[in-house]
Amino acid sequence: MTTRLRITHEGLLRGGTALFALAVPAVLGGMVWELYRASAMARQTFGWHFLVRQDWDPVAGEFGALPFIFGTVVSSALAVLIAAPLGVMTAIYLAELAPARWRRPLSFTVELLAAVPSVVYGLWGMYVFAPWLRRWVQAPLGAGLGFIPFFHGPAYGIGMLAGGFILAIMILPTIAAISRDVIAAVPASQREAMLALGGTRSEVISRVVLPFGRSGIIGGIILGLGRALGETMAVTMVIGNAPRISASLFSPASTMASVIANEFAEATTRIYVSALMEIGLLLLGVSLLVNILARLLVRRLGVNAQ
Amino acid sequence: MGQLSAGKRLVMVLVLSAALITAGCAGGKESARPGSGTGTGEPQKVVLNGAGASFPFPIYSLWFTEYNKLHPNIQINYQSIGSGGGQKAIIEKTVDFGASDAPMTDERLKEAPGKLLHIPTVMGAVVLTYNLPGVGTGLRLTPEVIAGVYLGKIKKWNDPAMTRENPGAKLPGKDIVVVHRSDGSGTTNIFTAYLSAVSPEWKSRVGSGTSVGWPTGVGAKGNEGVTTQVQQTEGAIGYVELAYAVENKLGYALVKNRAGKFVEPSIDSVTAAAGAAQNIPEDYRIMIVDQPGDNAYPISGFTWLLIYAQQSDLAKGRALLELLQWALTDGENMVSRLLYAPLPANVQDMVQKTLKTVTYQGQPILK
Repeated sequence: MTTRLRITHEGLLRGGTALFALAVPAVLGGMVWELYRASAMARQTFGWHFLVRQDWDPVAGEFGALPFIFGTVVSSALAVLIAAPLGVMTAIYLAELAPARWRRPLSFTVELLAAVPSVVYGLWGMYVFAPWLRRWVQAPLGAGLGFIPFFHGPAYGIGMLAGGFILAIMILPTIAAISRDVIAAVPASQREAMLALGGTRSEVISRVVLPFGRSGIIGGIILGLGRALGETMAVTMVIGNAPRISASLFSPASTMASVIANEFAEATTRIYVSALMEIGLLLLGVSLLVNILARLLVRRLGVNAQ
Repeated sequence: MGQLSAGKRLVMVLVLSAALITAGCAGGKESARPGSGTGTGEPQKVVLNGAGASFPFPIYSLWFTEYNKLHPNIQINYQSIGSGGGQKAIIEKTVDFGASDAPMTDERLKEAPGKLLHIPTVMGAVVLTYNLPGVGTGLRLTPEVIAGVYLGKIKKWNDPAMTRENPGAKLPGKDIVVVHRSDGSGTTNIFTAYLSAVSPEWKSRVGSGTSVGWPTGVGAKGNEGVTTQVQQTEGAIGYVELAYAVENKLGYALVKNRAGKFVEPSIDSVTAAAGAAQNIPEDYRIMIVDQPGDNAYPISGFTWLLIYAQQSDLAKGRALLELLQWALTDGENMVSRLLYAPLPANVQDMVQKTLKTVTYQGQPILK
């Protein structure tokens, strides 16, 4: 009797927890399905051309995702270009070079950046950073190098460049924290071997630590990229929100996340809502892919380290 | 249109939310029982749910709380989820009334299971604000100039079309930085309806709506975003809703109306625009921009509640109609407090007649 009861108990535990664990993929699947279903009208109307069309005209009912794909890719790439070297250098300092008593407070400060709500970054970007950027970066760049398409056009402050910088600050802690953990996981025996061969500290870092942790660091960068792709509020507030493709980093742009945040509440026709849903589906797909890739890379490190 | 950030409204909204939550808890057990006359003379408890436009949220909150004080058995919940959401909710009948800053299209109306009525409640207006050192309130703008600037054709502040009407102002040879809303909004709907009315080129190239394909400029989120961007950029021009400009004391432009007069945006001149409107249609789906009348401010418009012409629940239908009757009489007297423009008397009368056409099982609900 008692054994049977115990087995039932175990079974309940197993069944119950499995149910909750399965609920998570079920929610994800439900979201994908709902976005797929709700975007049916846009998919039927525009087909695959939706991905390459540049029009975004809610009045005429003409929708294309290209300006938003462009804005998302360029702003995220810009963010990674800025944040990756900074993040990796921060990690090297924190894990290898900083005096022991500084490591914890410094690490804590870097991680604190990740805890700042994105709307706060947005407000700071809008009120403080964008005007600063216009005055001290865009104005001189435009005056001196305005002939290069990247720096062409009027300096608004807000725009693609401001969006990229804000995103860079936001993904910096992700990249720095993961890289630091990866570097810390490099076995002491490896470093000692290099030192025993007469290597200097910089040689240990460049020949042992970085090659050993390479895939993990790249995984951290891609996780940062994943965050940049989906970031909404802060970007919306500083990117200028114009669905246009322009070579200039000064001009206003728009991302997949920002157009949904901006336009969904007041979208009043079915095709309009459907087009926004399709952009949501695209964004979800891209984010999932990037995250899966990053996990795979980080996991490869785990295997290596053992 | 976005909510105002001004303290007065914020405090009010907070108090109201708290009041609604407590009221909701207190009344939770007694939900509306349709058509059940108790016969004891005790008024029946009715809960009305609505959702939609964010622009009129502050005045609706005030109305619904005040009405609840007068009629404690009637409780009204309103969720400010945007015009698109409001239209969807009333089509799917998940609410008793919807609210929208833009009239529903014919196509959208056909999706609804019954005939929907647009009931105008209050009016909004759009003012043009700018950042030109040495030029305060009172820059004079003609429809041609406004359309030219937003089409990207008038690029400099000292363009002849601009200086002709403003001989006294020191207009610089700077680029005009055009700022528009990035989020869909009723403000944009009124502004683009105006541009479509005064500029054939705008009408054919861009058109009107809560979001449009802007030919030029940068987009900023909300009235606050547009204001910030204008204030930070010398040479910028942007449009914000009237109440926002008044409360934040922004410098704004006088706009030349159809009668050829330069009119200052104000609660009176907005109401005058609807008063001057010659032919308001039976279904009220009209943008009252560019109206005749010496004192009519030309960039004005209604916001609407959406209700079914045939109600499916007598108690709720009666409560809703009586609420609207009250809102359009006593309620209109409190709108200017929150810097909305009230409906002019002739439109109030028209709407009262419309309310009497609403039926339950073929019979008019109101006597």
